[in-house]
Amino acid sequence: MLAKRIIPCLDIRDGQTVKGVNFVNIINVGDPVELGKLYAEQGADELVFLDITATHEGRKTFVELVRRIAQNLDIPFTVGGGISEIRDAEALLAAGADKISINSSAVRNPQLIDDLARNFGSQFVVVAIDAREAENHWTVTVNGGRIPTDKELFSWAKEAENRGAGEILFTSMNHDGTKKGFANKELAKLSENLTIPLIASGGAGNMEHFAEVFTTGKADAGLAASIFHFREIAIPDLKHYLRQRAICVR
Amino acid sequence: MKIVIIKYNAGNIRSVDFALQRLGVSATITDDHEEIRSADRVIFPGVGEASTTMRYLKSHKLDQLICDLKQPVLGVCLGLQLMCTHSEEGDTTCLGIFPEKVKKFVALPENSASFKIPHMGWNSVSDLKTPLFAGLGEDDYFYFVHSYYATSGPDTAATCDYLVPFSAALQRDNFYATQFHPEKSGATGSRILGNFINIKV
Repeated sequence: MLAKRIIPCLDIRDGQTVKGVNFVNIINVGDPVELGKLYAEQGADELVFLDITATHEGRKTFVELVRRIAQNLDIPFTVGGGISEIRDAEALLAAGADKISINSSAVRNPQLIDDLARNFGSQFVVVAIDAREAENHWTVTVNGGRIPTDKELFSWAKEAENRGAGEILFTSMNHDGTKKGFANKELAKLSENLTIPLIASGGAGNMEHFAEVFTTGKADAGLAASIFHFREIAIPDLKHYLRQRAICVR
Repeated sequence: MKIVIIKYNAGNIRSVDFALQRLGVSATITDDHEEIRSADRVIFPGVGEASTTMRYLKSHKLDQLICDLKQPVLGVCLGLQLMCTHSEEGDTTCLGIFPEKVKKFVALPENSASFKIPHMGWNSVSDLKTPLFAGLGEDDYFYFVHSYYATSGPDTAATCDYLVPFSAALQRDNFYATQFHPEKSGATGSRILGNFINIKV
C-alpha cells in the first residue's frame, strides 16, 4: 500500500539552516546536509529545502548546497525559493534536485508551470500555495502570506494541476504556526478536487494532527518544520503512532 | 569492475551516479558505444517522456546496442518502460526486451482522492524474485514516481498494487529493471544497487 509521507521542511539562508536547535547526535546543526541526513536516517520520507536568501551570492551558494545534498541524501528532496525562470530550475536539476517548488512566481506568471512541466516533466514541479481565509473565502497570498492576490485557493489549485503541476503543497496561513492542527476541511475538499498528490502544511502541533490530516484531511503527505527542528516530535515516534492508528507509513 | 550509466536526454541521471558513489563504486556516464559494450554492468536510468526518449535512442543507435548487451543491465523507471514492447505514452514502440506493455494509470471518480496520479511515494512490493531482492522482503518500501506502468507477465520479478497490480520489477536473462528508483529508496534501494553489482555472471 502507498505510504503516507512525512516531510520535514528546512529553511536555508546563505547555505545554512535557519531553524534547528540542539541536536545532540550531529556536530553542525547549521549544515543542511547533516540535518537532512539525520532526518533521512530517522525515517523522513522526503525533505524540502527552502531557500530564503534574497541575494544573488546566496543563490549561488544554494545551488552548490543542492549538489552536496544530492550527493549525500538517499531519499527524494524538493528545493524551493526564488525560482522564477526555466534556467533557475535547470541549474537546480543539474545539481541533482528531484523536484522544485514554485509559489509566488507561479501566481505572477502561471505559464511558468506549463513551461517547467513541458521541459522537465510534471513529477519535477510542485506548486506551493499559501492561502488565507476570511469570511469563507480562501485568498491566495504571496510573499510569505503578506500580499493577497486576486486568486482563490480551490480554482488556483485546479488551474495549477491543469497546467501540469505534479503535486500541490497547500499551506493555510490561518493555521500556520498555531500548532492547533491542519486545515483538514479545506484539505479534504482540495484532495477530492485534485487528481495529483496533495501535501498538507501549516498547523502541525502534535502526532494526532498528523493522523487527522491523513484521515479527515485526505492528504497524501504532511509537512512540518519547527516541531521536528525543536524535537517536539521525533519521526520514529510519529511513524509508530500512525501505524498504531492503522495509517500506512513506511 | 567497470560500470556504465547510459547517457541520454533524461533528467536526473546524476542521482544514480551519486548513489553508486555512496556505495563506494565509481561509474562512467557515457553514450559511447564501445564504452557501453565493454562494461561489466550497464545502468539505463531515466526520467522523461517515452516517445522523445526512444527517438533519441534511435538517432544515437543506442536502441539496438542496448538489446544486444550480454552483461547484466539494469533499467530504472522510464528505463524499465522503454525495455517493454510498447508504451501508451506517445504511442511509442519500445525496445521489446520484455513482452509487457506500458499503460497509463486511470483512476475511477469514486477513488480518485485515494489514488492520485502520478503514483508518487513509498510503496511495498510482493512476489519478489531475482537476486536483485536478496536480503529484502515484502515489508520493505521503495520510492516510486510514475504515471505509466508495465503490465504483469512472465518476466514480472516483483509486483506492486496501485489501482491495478503492475510490474514493480522485471527480469529476463541478463536484463533487470525496476519501476521504482533504487537511487532514491534509502537503505533498501542501496541494497538493490549493491545486489545488481554483485550478480554472478
